[in-house]
Amino acid sequence: MKTVNQKAWFLVLPVLVLVAFSAVIPLMTVVNYSVQDTFGNNVFFWAGLDWFRDMLASDRMWNALVRQLVFSAIILAIEVPLGIFVALNMPKSGVWASFCLVLMSLPLLIPWNVVGTIWQIFGRVDIGLLGYTLDAIGIDYNYTQGFIAAWATVIVMDVWHWTSLVALLAYAGLRSIPDAYYQAAKIDQASRWKVFRYIELPKMSGVLMIAILLRFMDSFMIYTEPFVVTGGGPGNATTFLSIDLVKMALGQFDLGPAAAFSLMYFLVILLVSWVFYTVMTNLDKRDGVR
Amino acid sequence: MAKITLDNLAHSYLPQPKGEDDYALKELNHDWNDGEAYALLGASGCGKSTLLNIISGLLHPSQGRILFDGHDVTHAPTAERNIAQVFQFPVVYDTMSVRDNLAFPLRNRGRDETYVAERVQEIARMIGMEAELDRKARGLTADAKQKISLGRGMVRKDVNALLFDEPLTVIDPHMKWELRTQLKQLHQDFGHTMIYVTHDQTEALTFADKVVVMYDGRVVQIGTPQELFERPAHTFVGYFIGSPGMNLFDAEVYGRTARIAGAEVDLGAVHETGRGRVQVGVRPEFVALRADGPGVPARVSRVEDVGRHKIVRLDVGGTSSSAILPEHETVPAGADRIVFDPAVINVYENDWRVPPVRRGREAA
Repeated sequence: MKTVNQKAWFLVLPVLVLVAFSAVIPLMTVVNYSVQDTFGNNVFFWAGLDWFRDMLASDRMWNALVRQLVFSAIILAIEVPLGIFVALNMPKSGVWASFCLVLMSLPLLIPWNVVGTIWQIFGRVDIGLLGYTLDAIGIDYNYTQGFIAAWATVIVMDVWHWTSLVALLAYAGLRSIPDAYYQAAKIDQASRWKVFRYIELPKMSGVLMIAILLRFMDSFMIYTEPFVVTGGGPGNATTFLSIDLVKMALGQFDLGPAAAFSLMYFLVILLVSWVFYTVMTNLDKRDGVR
Repeated sequence: MAKITLDNLAHSYLPQPKGEDDYALKELNHDWNDGEAYALLGASGCGKSTLLNIISGLLHPSQGRILFDGHDVTHAPTAERNIAQVFQFPVVYDTMSVRDNLAFPLRNRGRDETYVAERVQEIARMIGMEAELDRKARGLTADAKQKISLGRGMVRKDVNALLFDEPLTVIDPHMKWELRTQLKQLHQDFGHTMIYVTHDQTEALTFADKVVVMYDGRVVQIGTPQELFERPAHTFVGYFIGSPGMNLFDAEVYGRTARIAGAEVDLGAVHETGRGRVQVGVRPEFVALRADGPGVPARVSRVEDVGRHKIVRLDVGGTSSSAILPEHETVPAGADRIVFDPAVINVYENDWRVPPVRRGREAA
């Protein structure tokens, strides 16, 4: 007779415990806050979906979401083409290739708050090289007061910090194209643009998809750098979703609305990731040999 | 279509080649006649692809000139040479349809759309892909992709030469025959100068009018398949062409007699050899086994039946060699020696063939 022994299930217990403590329980705490209200003293009342309704009806979250989407769209529109352009112009081999690779990775190694601090000081009109220079040549630049200046600073900072990532990924994609493709294109008398359009771009599409996904997610959750540079200002001009959320949860201690807000924020990110994932797997399927 | 002349051509991948060993392609003078089909045969890494890429302009030679119909094109870019080349591994433009892939070289040269459509249809029929014309090239099988690459190579009618760099490596065996036949047909119909690189002797011998055998960066022999079989100019040709390759026995040659493993063999003509390593080459097809009479002592070590014929593996004075027996013949009982007709013997010194001294010279 075959003995049935279910003890093996205990082997997955450590993983369950780990996942519970690292993901499920913290997430459930947030869910818990989002459906309750409190007047302090650790006394909670059931609030149902009220906080969600409140948040959806308030302009505050929508405005932050619009700012966030505009920000992500702008940095993607700059970083992806710029990254590809840089990758196309990097040396293909030799000492200079290694030199460029190291140089490109430097910004990626700097911690977020340090990047913020660098640009915060760099952009100051009184002591910063950038701010002082712009002011000296007569451009009205002050990221603590001007809407445009604040946005420009935050965007340039992000481009400075992250274009390298796109460039490095695109470079890896380019290097994987066999020489025969370029030779065939020469034989076929293809122009430089056609080589890019029909060889390089299709061969890079996989890595570019990953680059876009990574950059979208990261920029969508951006917090530290704008917080250090502009603190979300002037006014609410650079108050992106995370900054707004932290203000609400820790500044105002509105736990209920903040919890509802973060759940919706989480769902948006999940949705976008899912869309990207689906698109990418479909691309892979098209690549497959039938 | 053009006659292609290689004048003193040599190439090294090193910036400052020192000795001859640094050259991937050693000094070479050769004419590729207009409208002939050549096969460039040799083991991997012998300089075949280097030579091809120099002709198409993908690579610039370290020395020498290339002339197309007498015009110097050594420094002309690929586009100006008007050459079609097909590579070993399929190159297709993934995002385009099969039709656009085939039309690509024509459109890049600004041909009008009616001509392009007509030509694409013709080529699609030739490679058997009419049904797939509107499909995306991405996701096709490797052979379908290679057929597209071949098609793209053949779509231009006015090319100076068609170069193939081991194009059938990834194709299924039965399709190989079919495509090779079509290439040959294409050659007969349009008379393009064709150069076909391969390391497969069957492919080379069936495709080409003339086979160019390369070894270690050097052209060792140019000839018809028959010449390569009967009179290999270099031991490499003897060994590389034929299955199994030519038997080579170390020998001492005195006039018209050779001494192989202690036995004397008549060479049929006088050969003058110097102090180099002298070898006698005989194809296994011409080796006969005997149980008595004169002959070179040999020991049968193994018999392999390959269906059409039998290959008898022999040990001749420590050198392994082979003989081919027709299908229904068997190894004679007690066979311990081999004989061969003087007419099929070739003598080599330091790997190069020593031609027999002609009677005229003998008399003088």
